[in-house]
Amino acid sequence: MNDTAVARLVAAVKRYGSLTALDAVDLAVRPGELLAVLGPNGAGKSSSIGLLLGLIRPDAGRAELFGLDPQRIEARRRIGVMLQSANLPATLRVGELLRLTMSYYPNPRGFDETTALAGVADLLLRPYGKLSGGQQRRVQFALALCGRPELLFLDEPTVGMDIDARQKLWAAMRRLVDEGCAVVLTTHYLEEAEALAQRVVVLGQGRVLSEGSVDELRKRVALTRIRCLCDLDADAVAAWAEVASATRQGGRLQIATARAETVVRRLLDADPALAELEVQRAGLAEAFTELTRDPAATQEAA
Amino acid sequence: MNTVAAVPANAAASAMSPGRVLGAYLAEARSECLRYLRAPSFVLPMTLFSTVFYLMFGVLLNHPGSDASHYLLASYTAFGVMGPGLFGFGASLAIEREGGLLTLKRSLPMPPGAYLIGKMAMAMVVAALVVVLLLALGLTVGGVSLSPPRVLAMLAIGVLGVLPFCALGMFVGTLIKGQGAPGLLNLVYLPMAFLSGLWLPLGMLPRVLQQIAPVWPSYHLNQLTQSAVGLRSGPLLPHVLALLAFAVVFLLLAARRLRRYG
Repeated sequence: MNDTAVARLVAAVKRYGSLTALDAVDLAVRPGELLAVLGPNGAGKSSSIGLLLGLIRPDAGRAELFGLDPQRIEARRRIGVMLQSANLPATLRVGELLRLTMSYYPNPRGFDETTALAGVADLLLRPYGKLSGGQQRRVQFALALCGRPELLFLDEPTVGMDIDARQKLWAAMRRLVDEGCAVVLTTHYLEEAEALAQRVVVLGQGRVLSEGSVDELRKRVALTRIRCLCDLDADAVAAWAEVASATRQGGRLQIATARAETVVRRLLDADPALAELEVQRAGLAEAFTELTRDPAATQEAA
Repeated sequence: MNTVAAVPANAAASAMSPGRVLGAYLAEARSECLRYLRAPSFVLPMTLFSTVFYLMFGVLLNHPGSDASHYLLASYTAFGVMGPGLFGFGASLAIEREGGLLTLKRSLPMPPGAYLIGKMAMAMVVAALVVVLLLALGLTVGGVSLSPPRVLAMLAIGVLGVLPFCALGMFVGTLIKGQGAPGLLNLVYLPMAFLSGLWLPLGMLPRVLQQIAPVWPSYHLNQLTQSAVGLRSGPLLPHVLALLAFAVVFLLLAARRLRRYG
């Protein structure tokens, strides 16, 4: 690996008392890429973002933004930030918040361009506190991109948005990436990472579990999804050695497995009345479940 | 070791002209003033507390035109100026630390100290408003007469005298998060006002309390306002220095806590 990074963690360790939130994490964000950081709650996503933003300091290793200490204002002038929760001043109008945030940056994006890109042009005169949750998220997104950043941190940006607003935000993110802006995206919605990310880092228990493109991640976990109409008990099927998981959804049995052929053969033997069989390569969701599964439980199953 | 080369620090991308930096400070101060002046639930308690007290004890229960009129205007001005510092600064800081706004501001390229300077400007504006209201009451219905220079001195003491209380409020705001802060601030505000002789003249308090009064910054602020209305003569410098020292010490304590704990 010999390329450039706009932000990175090098063997970063962060402890809170006896809890190790990050355990020697290496992470590099390359220019112009959209990097999704995934992981269950408590995996170390927030600590990673906090270190890269200079909000917390590593106990060992280091964090860099554009080759500088993240607390240096020169580095932060090149980033935009949308945090998971921030109660912005309720009595300020959207336009006032935007102009204030623009004033922090040396070469901000034009006011009209920002409002059009973030879809907040119709909200400018409204006090922030009077907006709906989804509208507030759009305003926070506008504040994140108004500085014409080279690197954008989006922490769970689409939580609380309806489908339409989410699609618009995805479109805006794609446009920013086309402009050459790198994006670090944390999200709980795997379809979001699947739709947008060029690279995915999966964190679990403070370590990097996997890193690569969405396709590489899918391949790494060679799971296949089987769906069918049948009478078999989901728990009984889940106990089969080849089966990673089995659940019943509606009338259908849904199975994830690394050995689809074997499982299909067993299913057909077990229930001759089986119908509407579907076999599909696993999506990111299955890969993610497989990766972040509790290692102790995996050993027991094996 | 790690072979990922960092993108070199690009001076052109992150350089900011002094004019734009100054603009950022001004924008922050303007936003801070606007947002709180638009919030009546925030401004009214800070301005009405002292004016209503003054109206009751300094106007309705007092014979106009006496020395007592001047004394009460001066002591209620000191009392009124403490509020915007303690609450305007401390309570808002405590609430913004809890709500995540401070975290966002820390991650944005806001110039250093702009957040605190903005809050200071807001507290100074509200303190000026309090002094103007008290002077208006005192000069119209309170039986107080002051020459224009003395009026200006009162205003100046109010606007600058709020600063040590900003520092104290800031310190308290770093100790406690969220809605608990106003309660704790009142526990500082009201006893301190009493112990400094702002409600009852110090001469009426027990001797021990008189002796420790110079410990409180509000005691020194009261000495300045009493001088401004012409009731007190003597050097002002020790009191100014005491207030300055108080401001510096609490500013440093609070800044240290903010850096450590955010």
